[in-house]
Amino acid sequence: MKKAGWVAVLILLVVAWQAYVSLRGIPGYLLPSPADVLRTFWNDRSTLVSESWVTGKEMIVGYIAAIELGLVFATAMHFSETLRRAVSPLLVASQSIPVVAVAPVVVIYLGFGLLPKIVLIALVCFFPIAVNALDGFRSVDPEYGRMMRTLYAGRRTIFWRVEAPWALPAIFSGCRIAAPYAAIGALFAEYAGGSGGLADSIRGAQLDTALVAAGALALTLLALALTGIVVLLERVFVPWAHEAR
Amino acid sequence: MVVDLQSAVPEPVEVAGVSYARGDLAVLEDIDVAIGQGRRLAVIGPSGCGKSTLLSLIAGLLEPAAGAITVGGGRSPAERLARCALMPQRDLLLPWRSALDNAGLALQNAGVRRSDARRQAAPLFEQFGLAEFESTSPAHLSGGMRQRVAFLRTLLAGKPVLLLDEPFGALDAITRLELQDWLVEALEVEPRTVVLVTHDVDEALKICPRVVALSQRPARVVLDAPSDNVTRDDVLGALRS
Repeated sequence: MKKAGWVAVLILLVVAWQAYVSLRGIPGYLLPSPADVLRTFWNDRSTLVSESWVTGKEMIVGYIAAIELGLVFATAMHFSETLRRAVSPLLVASQSIPVVAVAPVVVIYLGFGLLPKIVLIALVCFFPIAVNALDGFRSVDPEYGRMMRTLYAGRRTIFWRVEAPWALPAIFSGCRIAAPYAAIGALFAEYAGGSGGLADSIRGAQLDTALVAAGALALTLLALALTGIVVLLERVFVPWAHEAR
Repeated sequence: MVVDLQSAVPEPVEVAGVSYARGDLAVLEDIDVAIGQGRRLAVIGPSGCGKSTLLSLIAGLLEPAAGAITVGGGRSPAERLARCALMPQRDLLLPWRSALDNAGLALQNAGVRRSDARRQAAPLFEQFGLAEFESTSPAHLSGGMRQRVAFLRTLLAGKPVLLLDEPFGALDAITRLELQDWLVEALEVEPRTVVLVTHDVDEALKICPRVVALSQRPARVVLDAPSDNVTRDDVLGALRS
């Protein structure tokens, strides 16, 4: 019962929304009712599915690029104090870049293909992954290093045997935070560059608010699916993090 | 059961006129300590007096500002590091490894395959009261069990000198007494030169035939005597002076 509390809240919100629209007679173009949204979602399912396919692919490729980049940067910064000092303020600054503003510029440089979308998604997802990974590496008790050095371990062995596994839970939480960003990044990238993705439904049908909402719902489902995959992988790869101590 | 890595020949340790400072802070001052081959020495002193620093110096993790340290035939930090294994106060077991794989950590670090490391560690589990806990994860071991695994990990490094840094400091009183007996037995089976750092006088006298007491920082040797010739009060008196 406790676990399913969110289901009750969700149902309550949807019922309240439906009641508000029906009882006050709000016109559909101002605020579609949940029933309208679901009906549109069903009627336009073939369009929404094919658009989700396009957007989903962009998200996954951009997201994986962000994970790779984030881990490479975090590892490099972990090993080099100089690099850490030189780069970390820039990293923080990179997080404040407004994606909406740079998206058109990236499109001008990289065209209307897949590449600008991947670059924009990677840009928004990169930061939480890199920062969490770096924190994870650095949160290892230095006593491990002292001990490991007397047990035949060099710097690399300490990294692979202790620091990298130790950082896994932090890396996964960075990935979990970044997953919904991938959806937002994809949407802005598609706004700027046209694509056949969900942005077409969401932006193309400005007055068909039910379709806008149905597109948003599809995008939400994509973000949730990506988050779900990450949570699943975490259970598989870091079972020890969930054991009672 | 006998494998090169774990059948180490104990070697003597000599600390001669060693001083060490951290920045402007003098930590150790003119420390002279000698430990014979295969002997056990307890180093006792108030917390923060530099006992752990002394172990790091012996292990070659730090270099003294003055004086010399010799471990077996080795003087340089690398040579000392090659001869010493350190057991820290907290067990520092890796939660993603089983007890057996934690014990075999040093072997794997040295390039031994995981299956071979397990084969070398397994008989020690039988012998030292850890049978049937081989595949248990550290999260499911008691504090005393974890400390035993940590000690076997240190032992399996096969180094001639063991540096034990308050190994039982985090345990409750009863478990600590139990593990002290266990340690003495284990060292009789697998003799090593041991430097035991502790702030428990009884523990020092029980485990080691010789006791050295250090003063407050900057630490100097205020007592160096065989355990048979001193009482608890002698040591406490020396620590207070």
